Amino acid sequence: MKTLRILLLPLVLGMLVLSGCSSTGTKDGAEGGAGSGMAGEGGTSTSAAGGGGSWTGSPLDNPDSLLYEKVVYFDFDTAEIRPEYVDTLRAHAEYLVNTPSARVVIEGHCDERGSREYNIALGERRANSVKRFLEAEGVSPVQIDTVSYGEERPVDPGHNEAAWAKNRRAELVYQ
Amino acid sequence: MKKLFVLLALLLLITSQAQARLVIEITEGVEGALPIAVVPFKWSGDPARPPSQGIGRIVAADLRRSGYFKLLAENQMLARPATMADVDFRDWRALKQENLVIGNIEPNGPGGYKVRFQLFDVYQESQLIGYSFTTTEKDLRAIAHHIADLIYETLTGTKGAFATRIAYVVSEGTLNAPKISLRIADSDGYNAQTIVSSIEPLMSPAWSPDGRKLAYVSFENGRPSIWIQEVFTGKREKITSFKGINGAPAWSPDGRYLAMALSKDGNPDIYIMDLARKKLRRLVRHWAIETEPSWSPDGRKLLFTSDRGGSPQIYQVLVTGGNVQRLTFENKYNARASYAPDGKSITLITRIGGQYRIGVMDLETGSITVLTDGKLDESPSFAPNGSMIIYATRHGGKGVLAAVSTDGRVKQRLALQSGDVRDPVWSPYYK
Repeated sequence: MKTLRILLLPLVLGMLVLSGCSSTGTKDGAEGGAGSGMAGEGGTSTSAAGGGGSWTGSPLDNPDSLLYEKVVYFDFDTAEIRPEYVDTLRAHAEYLVNTPSARVVIEGHCDERGSREYNIALGERRANSVKRFLEAEGVSPVQIDTVSYGEERPVDPGHNEAAWAKNRRAELVYQ
Repeated sequence: MKKLFVLLALLLLITSQAQARLVIEITEGVEGALPIAVVPFKWSGDPARPPSQGIGRIVAADLRRSGYFKLLAENQMLARPATMADVDFRDWRALKQENLVIGNIEPNGPGGYKVRFQLFDVYQESQLIGYSFTTTEKDLRAIAHHIADLIYETLTGTKGAFATRIAYVVSEGTLNAPKISLRIADSDGYNAQTIVSSIEPLMSPAWSPDGRKLAYVSFENGRPSIWIQEVFTGKREKITSFKGINGAPAWSPDGRYLAMALSKDGNPDIYIMDLARKKLRRLVRHWAIETEPSWSPDGRKLLFTSDRGGSPQIYQVLVTGGNVQRLTFENKYNARASYAPDGKSITLITRIGGQYRIGVMDLETGSITVLTDGKLDESPSFAPNGSMIIYATRHGGKGVLAAVSTDGRVKQRLALQSGDVRDPVWSPYYK
């Protein structure tokens, strides 16, 4: 399935570029995608996209696209990109290269352990690590911005290993 | 009936205050502390309209919190004298008390009070100090802290630090709609006031050496910037908003410079800004993370956190930028260090068996004494007399502030009623 996705991806991207990106997802589309994801059921837009490249919104909102994944997670006290995120980040790099007008802010985040200011620095290192990956894949530096929130913006308020693993992350936020 | 009414009025007062303040809970007892009795101060005005604050109790709570004193419980007192003529020293010797504090509050014009207190040596049967103050309702707590400072200094030889303040950050609301505020409060947690509120993170408050300004980091507009705000007027100024990190502000002891961590040149390094000329100078340059600068009391050296050795450790550098020296070798994670007021030790976050705790490192021996027993303790800050350290910890599922005596003997929690409390920093003495 994963290989299929990768094979299909350039095709989908190509179609979008051809269509002149006139349909970069509407706000409704974006929210619909998020909503159906949360509901856990195949919402109408989700199933339509799965049907084989008929997704009309931005590929960033297509649940079947690798671009749908906008968060990568890190191990404790490191900014090393884990192998399982390489495909996702390559997809984003490709999208950015093919969409020179696209701008992305990479947010670096940490778990709550240790010092807050050190975590700000560590979060920046994570964001930069993703930035460098994208640049190495050919993305122009002007398309990428970074910001570190350290431990100040957790997604999981818990105080255990499961919560910490979710909070050690970099998020790609398209502008 | 009248008594009942007074009691009810008092209860109402206590509950209405409970919502606005921090609650202090002593979490550990004290061995070998100096026994002292503080008699509740006598109110000699209209019994139906007592002052809002029990001064004697505030004094007693301050002294107990310091760890140097063992307070006699009120229900064990054989008498409650308010003047020296009423004191029978034999009572207090029988209770093995070395010192005795008595006091009196009387009305002094509309809304005014006259507060008098005396401190006695029970065995010498002599007065050590005695003062009288005129004050108003709103300053009653401040007077009580001042009295505690005078007693503390007389009996320990060290200046008291009860009439000082703390600044800290509170997070309320939800994950998606947070309400972050920067607050200041008396050193015992009372009289909390919000001085900045935001929907974006606020971090790292730092007092100017005269106690009149706070530098802090605010993410308003989604990016970090360093601000300086006048505590008493609310007037504020943006100091830096470079690309990348603008963090960890720290005032030089003369108040002329602000050290900070900036990543505008690639990765976080330590910079020093001349505040009058707004001129920046890079103090430490390294490819690793450098952050959390903190000045020595003489202004000649700074501490900082760096992971240049593979994990965060504490380093020291001369203010000229030379002679970088690693100070911590004991645990694998050491961060957020600051000097004691006497410059002989530092407090820091240290990791022990996976737990983040507050430690004190003797600069002469280099050995770290762990003072706390939490899992996620952080942000230690010395009281201006070096007697205690305030820090952030977790209790009952939320962030709370706690203080520990520098010798580790007494711990107390300052638990807010709502929200997550963190990033505390103790004020200097007001100048």
